[in-house]
Amino acid sequence: MKRRDVMKGGLVLLATTTLASIYKPAYSRTYVGGTGMWKAAPPPPLSVVDPTRLVYLTPQEARLVGAVFDILIPADELGMGATEAGCVTFLDHQLAGPYGSAAKDYRLGPVVEGLPQQGPQGIMTPAEMYRTGLAELEHAAHAEFNKSFLDLSEEQKITFLKGVEGGTISFDTLKSDQFFVLMLQNVREGYLADPMYGGNRDMVGWKLVGFPGAIYDYRDWIVSKRGKKIDVHPVSLLGRA
Amino acid sequence: MNYKRPKADVVIIGLGWSGSTMAEELTRAGLNVVAIERGAWRETSTSFPTTRDPDELSGSVRKEILQAPVTETYTVRNKVGQTALPLRKYHNLTLGNNVGGAGTHWAGASWRWLPFDHQPHTHVMQRYGAGQLVDGLILQDWGVTYDDLEPFYDRFEKIAGTSGTAGVINGQRQPGGNPFEGSRSGPFPTPALERSRANVLFTQAATRLGYNPFPVPSAMIGAPYTNALGLNLAPCTYCGYCQLYGCGNWSKSSPNICILPVLMQRTNFTLVTECEVLRINTTPDKKMATGVTFIDSDGNTGEQPADIVITATFTLDNTRLMLLSGISTPYDVASGQGVVGRAFTFQTLSWAFMFFENEYMNPFMNTGALATQIDDFNGDNFDHTGLGFIGGAGIQSLSNQGLPIGMAGLLPKGSPQWGKGWKQAFQRGYQNYAQIQGQGTSFAHREQFLDLDPTYKDRYGRPLLRITFDYNENDRRSGRFIRDRCVEIAREMGATEVGGDSFADRPYSGYTPWDSSHVQGGVTMGEDPRTSVQNRYQQNWDIPNLFVIGASSFPNNAGYNPTVVVGATTLWTAKAIIDQYIRNPGPLVRL
Repeated sequence: MKRRDVMKGGLVLLATTTLASIYKPAYSRTYVGGTGMWKAAPPPPLSVVDPTRLVYLTPQEARLVGAVFDILIPADELGMGATEAGCVTFLDHQLAGPYGSAAKDYRLGPVVEGLPQQGPQGIMTPAEMYRTGLAELEHAAHAEFNKSFLDLSEEQKITFLKGVEGGTISFDTLKSDQFFVLMLQNVREGYLADPMYGGNRDMVGWKLVGFPGAIYDYRDWIVSKRGKKIDVHPVSLLGRA
Repeated sequence: MNYKRPKADVVIIGLGWSGSTMAEELTRAGLNVVAIERGAWRETSTSFPTTRDPDELSGSVRKEILQAPVTETYTVRNKVGQTALPLRKYHNLTLGNNVGGAGTHWAGASWRWLPFDHQPHTHVMQRYGAGQLVDGLILQDWGVTYDDLEPFYDRFEKIAGTSGTAGVINGQRQPGGNPFEGSRSGPFPTPALERSRANVLFTQAATRLGYNPFPVPSAMIGAPYTNALGLNLAPCTYCGYCQLYGCGNWSKSSPNICILPVLMQRTNFTLVTECEVLRINTTPDKKMATGVTFIDSDGNTGEQPADIVITATFTLDNTRLMLLSGISTPYDVASGQGVVGRAFTFQTLSWAFMFFENEYMNPFMNTGALATQIDDFNGDNFDHTGLGFIGGAGIQSLSNQGLPIGMAGLLPKGSPQWGKGWKQAFQRGYQNYAQIQGQGTSFAHREQFLDLDPTYKDRYGRPLLRITFDYNENDRRSGRFIRDRCVEIAREMGATEVGGDSFADRPYSGYTPWDSSHVQGGVTMGEDPRTSVQNRYQQNWDIPNLFVIGASSFPNNAGYNPTVVVGATTLWTAKAIIDQYIRNPGPLVRL
């Protein structure tokens, strides 16, 4: 270590102690064996999504995506539809967080379209894709039917969304089929993720398939219930929400 | 601001399975060890508390435990001449991002490899001759044999508490185990876990077909166990949150539960977290390593001098660090010369996906490695004469998934993926789905390699590692052969709908669903400095105080998962350092 670097840093170096033991970077840590100072930080506390207000989507966007979601997962005798189950609330909060801003993605350039097996190369974030994609979807509905997607009959909505899924109804600024894949993934997430995230109301998605949630110990059942139906009320992070 | 830490006897880069296993051995031998880890500290009871349920969205879907592409990613192309592009989103290589590495969140299949897998060249030449090899295939022995490694396999299993049923002990066949396995010196530390419904159907079908099913050895602890380091491990409860989750129940072998609580008591051990090593430093003549340079979370550069440098990062990062540090000769695909980045392998997967009628698979009761396997078509356990390939696969009924978001697209053929029809199909499919995985060998090829990307950089401006990989003809032939075996067994199980797939029939992609996360090679060990970076002790041929450990040392991949082999080869190298190198520093193999 050079003394002038220390002086520039505004620190006074005492004796020959290493600077590492004086200088404390924001996250980097030094743990010395045998000192017992190695308790980890606990995971962040659970926070339950507030369904009463929108945090990213506009009210118009929320209505539109809700109408799409209710076609993808409709209400029927097997359970409530996507919007009633909270999937729009789920999506809204996801888009407002690190998922929406693609905070974990590698986003440096150059951005080049590659071969399909090289995976998605676009750097548009999910939040941006919804903002653009929903406007495009509404625009395409007007072009096709001369009315809002919201005002189409159920049959028309299904036909239209099949066109979006297959890419025959195309968008200008993003690929319609990719936007469809994103919406389908997100609505499933909302319907099947823990209710803490705003969707899966009354654990409707879990009850649909018989998923019991996070049960800690199956040792009593791994043999006794092998190949047999298990009737149990599912458990969520919110308890029996 | 730059700073220099006090000199250590040993610096270890990365504290996953290989780094922590090595650190425990060397500190116990009295050496002063500093480990530098890019991720943050994780302590089992606090970081993964059993008082808080795991959940699928944050774990399996958003992959919060993994190293994010924004931190470091790789570029991929199938062949020379194509432009490699970055893996921008989470991909199939499930990288660790914390103390414990991928060993914290791994699925837990805990294999010793076959004697064949460590000496494939010798075996193939003896049995078939060079005519069995497709054009361009690279086949070489490791320089270390199964018999050399057996005591270290045994030791690592006793650190991990591995559960399983032995097939061969001291040359004697054991009922219920794998008859093809290399001879063991003793039983598994803990017994195999109970089987799933799908496992039972597979066992019955495979037995009827004349095969030899056995429980896959697993990191999920089979009974209360005190491991070789005196730590208490608890029996697994089949909760189903293994892969991509930390286990707070002390039931899944990991560095965090099996090693770190002991290591952290040693006063001659220091751990520096959230610091990324930028390069290995050497003397100007590149005859010796002098330590490492790292960058901390504030962007300060630190230096850690040491007498011995051990690189224990992820396979790909081991190779990248060698290339970024300018150590040993990079592989040149045009001439076939050079060694760093050479002999890169993946895993050749084949599948049978199946649906039953009126079953209750109860897929949520599982573990990451709840599997029953046959090895009748693995390694060289069957006669390959006339088949046109070498290798094969472990064929297994794998009950490792029951979380609903991940299964929402697994539907009987022709089912709609949305709408009312999807709800009906998903409801039926969820309880009636099962799968057979053929986890296949992967042999190196002249045109599969790693080097530095000419265009894309990491957050510090250093070149990303470039992967040039596609399946070779050996993979395609073995993959189809194994797929057909998977499908035969699936039909015998009584499934009403069976689909087969061989991934090697399509170009390699980092995003293929249900694909493997296993990559090997790049810094291989071997018998000849012209075809390997390191000698049989994972010691660099050129720089005797540099050891690069982990699956980067393996010149081929077996029809198995690699972790226990990583553990055994690490212990083998640790013993060589302690017993030989410390007493007489210098090359451990003289040519």
